[in-house]
Amino acid sequence: MSQTDAATAPSSGPAPDSAVSVRNVSKNYGPVEALKNLSLEFPRGELTSLLGPSGCGKTTLLKIIAGLLQPSAGEIVIDGNTVTAPGPDRAFVFQDFALLPWASVIRNVAFGLELRGVARSEREAIAEKYIANVGLSGFENSYPHQLSGGMRQRVGLARALSVDAQVLLLDEPFSAVDEQNRRKFQEDLLELVRNENKTFIFVTHSIEEAVYVSDQIAILLPRPSRVSEIIRPSGFRNKGIENIRRDPEYLDIVDEIWASLRSYAE
Amino acid sequence: MTAFGYRLPAMSSLLVWGLLWEIIGQLHLTFFVPPLSQVIITLVEIIGTPAFLKALRETAIAFLSGVAASVLIGIPVGILMGKNRLIDEILLPWVNIFLSAPLTALVPVLMVLFGFGMTSIIITTTLFAIWIIILNSRAGVLQINRSLVEMARSFGASPLDAFFKIYVWAALPEILGGVRIGVIRAVKGVIIGQLLISIVGFGALFELYSSNFLMGHFWAVLLVLFGMAFAISEFLGYLERRVAYYAASR
Repeated sequence: MSQTDAATAPSSGPAPDSAVSVRNVSKNYGPVEALKNLSLEFPRGELTSLLGPSGCGKTTLLKIIAGLLQPSAGEIVIDGNTVTAPGPDRAFVFQDFALLPWASVIRNVAFGLELRGVARSEREAIAEKYIANVGLSGFENSYPHQLSGGMRQRVGLARALSVDAQVLLLDEPFSAVDEQNRRKFQEDLLELVRNENKTFIFVTHSIEEAVYVSDQIAILLPRPSRVSEIIRPSGFRNKGIENIRRDPEYLDIVDEIWASLRSYAE
Repeated sequence: MTAFGYRLPAMSSLLVWGLLWEIIGQLHLTFFVPPLSQVIITLVEIIGTPAFLKALRETAIAFLSGVAASVLIGIPVGILMGKNRLIDEILLPWVNIFLSAPLTALVPVLMVLFGFGMTSIIITTTLFAIWIIILNSRAGVLQINRSLVEMARSFGASPLDAFFKIYVWAALPEILGGVRIGVIRAVKGVIIGQLLISIVGFGALFELYSSNFLMGHFWAVLLVLFGMAFAISEFLGYLERRVAYYAASR
């Protein structure tokens, strides 16, 4: 399919196939400039991290891409279409999980489909598949308050996957999850990126996490917010997940990013 | 509760007070307080009489209509106030004024406006119940986790979906709390309305009994009303506890 796409696509520049383009986006809150003239490409089928110190506008940018916030200027283009509102092409994973506390796991996972009017039996079948995918089989009828933080975020992830959106937006999804579960999550996320052929946009404040999971890292700096650097770790991606953390390239990139961010730490 | 190592049944404090009432009644200190046993005998006697059943039916209709109106108007209005800043600014002062206002004073005005009948009583009942329901629904919506709302939007919820699938449920513990207090106030409203208009329902009965010094009958009707109000309040309290499991984790 990608071959036919490439054949028929108009040759508009040398850029690789990007699923999401952020073009000259600015966002002002009154006199405060949260984002200033920011442009960024998100390649299809890859995971791009937005990394930066707090206050650099990475979550704001993610919510603008999601259509939850309106940019003051500029546009978001997804598959050639300018978007201004949430749509079925994107699914969001929330930092605080955003699960319905009164609904069971299966209803939570199927909630996106429920809002789209998918029939109950059909959406529950889909939900069940993704509940199994994220390793929560047997918890279909549990309620969120009966689950641990890590399990709740698995529910949030399953909900985002079940609507089969092309773009997944993850807003610091693992920051409320304990360290061991976070590592497991990161491994699972790499697996997902490889298998699902979706575009992932991942906001994090952890340098190690960004380097571990990303195909591309966009480093955002505040005051005024801008993309300062784009890094594409590539060398260790195919060496197996257990080797990444001691790969020299991994360690070098972590160091390099820290060097450029350390002056912004309080 | 336990006393002297024995577990006391749930209603034991009621039993003690009932016993005290009986003793005071038997001492014949005042005609105003007949013994409880006599009140209960009277209660059994009058409970099947046409006059009592008519009063009960009229009161029930007025009460249920008033509560239904308060709930059906109060919850959506409260939720809208919580969602929309402008509506909130316009309505909140009025809600607060009416919540604390001495509504009894309004009943004569209502009688002039709506006549000496059911309509006035239903409106009185609604006026007693609705304000706290509005305020609690509003408070419930104000504490909703923002990301639940964003979640619904990002998955394409229509405003109607968001209202019925997110707002109502996320604010349900507060809404039910408001409805419970509103219902208790509605009992007050329906009785005060009937007393002031005093030609319908229990108002007429109270008027009849107290002007003829039938204190046994008077207390019997009062007991029925207290019992009904208590039962309704307990039922709503039970519903509130059913949703308490997620009230803390929204």
